[in-house]
Amino acid sequence: MKIHEYQAKELFRRGGIPVPRGEVVRTPDAAYDVAAAYGRPVVVKAQVLVGGRGKAGGVKLAQSADEAKRFAGEILGMVIKGLTVEKVLVTEAVDIAEEIYVGVVMDRKSQMPLVIASAAGGVEIEQVARERPEAIRRLTVDPRYGLLAYQARTLAGELHGNFAVVQQIAAIIDKLYRVFESTDASLAEINPLVVTPSGDVVAIDAKVNVDDNALYRQKELEEMRDVSAEDPGETEARGADLSFVKLQGDVGCVVNGAGLAMATMDLIKAYGGQPANFLDIGGSSNPQKVVSAIKIILLDRNVKSIFVNIFGGITRCDDVAKGLVAALKELDLKLPLVVRLTGTNEEQAREILSEVRLDYADTMDEGVKRAIELARQG
Amino acid sequence: MSIFVDENTRVVVQGITGRDGSFHAAQMLDYGTAVVSGVTPGKGGTLFREGVPIFNTAKQAVEATGANASAIYVRASFAFDAICEAADAGVRLIVCITEGIPVRDMTKALPFLKSRGARLIGPNCPGIIAPGKRAKVGILPTGMFKPGSIGVVSRSGTLTYEVVFQLTRNGFGQSTCVGIGGDPLIGTNFIDALEAFEKDPETEAVVLIGEIGGTDEQEAAEFIASHMRKPVVAFIAGQTAPEGKRMGHAGAIVSGAAGTAKEKIDAFAKVGVPVAPVPSDLSGLVRQVLKGRLR
Repeated sequence: MKIHEYQAKELFRRGGIPVPRGEVVRTPDAAYDVAAAYGRPVVVKAQVLVGGRGKAGGVKLAQSADEAKRFAGEILGMVIKGLTVEKVLVTEAVDIAEEIYVGVVMDRKSQMPLVIASAAGGVEIEQVARERPEAIRRLTVDPRYGLLAYQARTLAGELHGNFAVVQQIAAIIDKLYRVFESTDASLAEINPLVVTPSGDVVAIDAKVNVDDNALYRQKELEEMRDVSAEDPGETEARGADLSFVKLQGDVGCVVNGAGLAMATMDLIKAYGGQPANFLDIGGSSNPQKVVSAIKIILLDRNVKSIFVNIFGGITRCDDVAKGLVAALKELDLKLPLVVRLTGTNEEQAREILSEVRLDYADTMDEGVKRAIELARQG
Repeated sequence: MSIFVDENTRVVVQGITGRDGSFHAAQMLDYGTAVVSGVTPGKGGTLFREGVPIFNTAKQAVEATGANASAIYVRASFAFDAICEAADAGVRLIVCITEGIPVRDMTKALPFLKSRGARLIGPNCPGIIAPGKRAKVGILPTGMFKPGSIGVVSRSGTLTYEVVFQLTRNGFGQSTCVGIGGDPLIGTNFIDALEAFEKDPETEAVVLIGEIGGTDEQEAAEFIASHMRKPVVAFIAGQTAPEGKRMGHAGAIVSGAAGTAKEKIDAFAKVGVPVAPVPSDLSGLVRQVLKGRLR
């Protein structure tokens, strides 16, 4: 789960990482008030859950409260990568002498947290990694011992020549690791970490992604979730305990299992169609989940046909069939439905479905081809 | 032979009185697997299905029944503890079915397992089955498996069933099929399974089913090129997955330009491992590599 910059900065502030004063507002007038109260230049920053805000014109330096109001008016309502800006952060401007990068990620290869740091901050770290790999320092942290003080000191010493600055950076790296660990983050990043002309070190941006699996024990973070940044189907799916991702095509799919669901989307594409979504109903056999799944797909007006692809294991085909019958009754479904059911209790499923009008397919390939054809006709 | 499990596998089921644990313990018994004991704290001294003793701790279960493998069906919030408990009790193979374990828990469980010398399969996996040995630890439906010489290793569950169903229908039985799990941090990776298949005299060829996210497949490709004589064919799911979205599995996510299906397909192509464009092409590729027409 992603959280906004202003929320991540709040976590940083509580963790003792220096961040400039700031407030999040929803109107230009409120932006004026914050800037006027600070009485000095401010930065107005779009709060949307995508990268590249600066390039899209969503970050502006305002010299006065009037300017802050004007910029807030321009940025609020702006659409950045499909997301509408509803909030801006108005934050004190900081003089920049140098920009540093520090981040902590969960590294799949070493199976441990990895601290990444670079004296070349302020640009995307992926870009630095590509163009100047030698400018990046990496340190894997054994989670049983945590980040040790000397490790933070050593790393900080490789980023700067001034010892007073190095001490501040080391303290910030240490605190960033603690935020990463205590929030069950998959990523905690400061880019840039700024050294001011007077030698202070301040985090002027903040990014934290949280491990979805840990949200059951991170209630406060779960409450930070911004559903306005999601497709309505995705919000609905989370409530129904389904995995759903909206895509741009017209063939909807309902599948059990993530791997099979991905393979079904790929197959639609391979046979010349366009998948409308990823949807995994999971391993359980609850007919109601099938009804919810069809409902979620119907939220998308682009969908012209639906393919149900079930390989029964723990998921029983008869339960899915009951769900399909219920969905047809409850939802007054007008779209063509192609069904492929194989595995556990397949025979019972066919019997249950004999009373309704459906397109059957014996294999996944056949079902996909038929669903594409029906989407074209629709 | 087979890999990781065989006719000597004796299973203790952790969470045997739960909904999933009891159902799958019964399924394993019905398949012919030696389920020798169960663990549920507080239910010690009772029996499962009138013959399988239940204990309060894994240690008691191992001491009393000689279990050498464990199947874990407990909730995500208890899974870290259950994994460590099994390892400490001396179980050599731990199969964790549980989905939704926080990654931070796995960063701590994995070094613990290493220090105790135990192998973990999963978490968030369907488990492992050796059809010729009637040995199953996990939740895989058994109907479509047939004894044979194809090794299957996969990050997915139902997609594996789909592929195995097609392999069996085309006359290719399986030596062992192992689902390594859909999480970003797992105990047994592709290389571990490939290395074991390479050594297993009953395995003639391997089907590898990968997906987006991480670099496990890329590393597997390098391993195949440098360490394997047996042929491998592959399929990668998620070619149409968008960037930055978790596709069901916690580990199935493309981050920036990293972890794409294309990257993985290219890595296999580079070392001459045939990649099936669609799952139904896999059996044909297996036939070709066994005839020696391809690598």
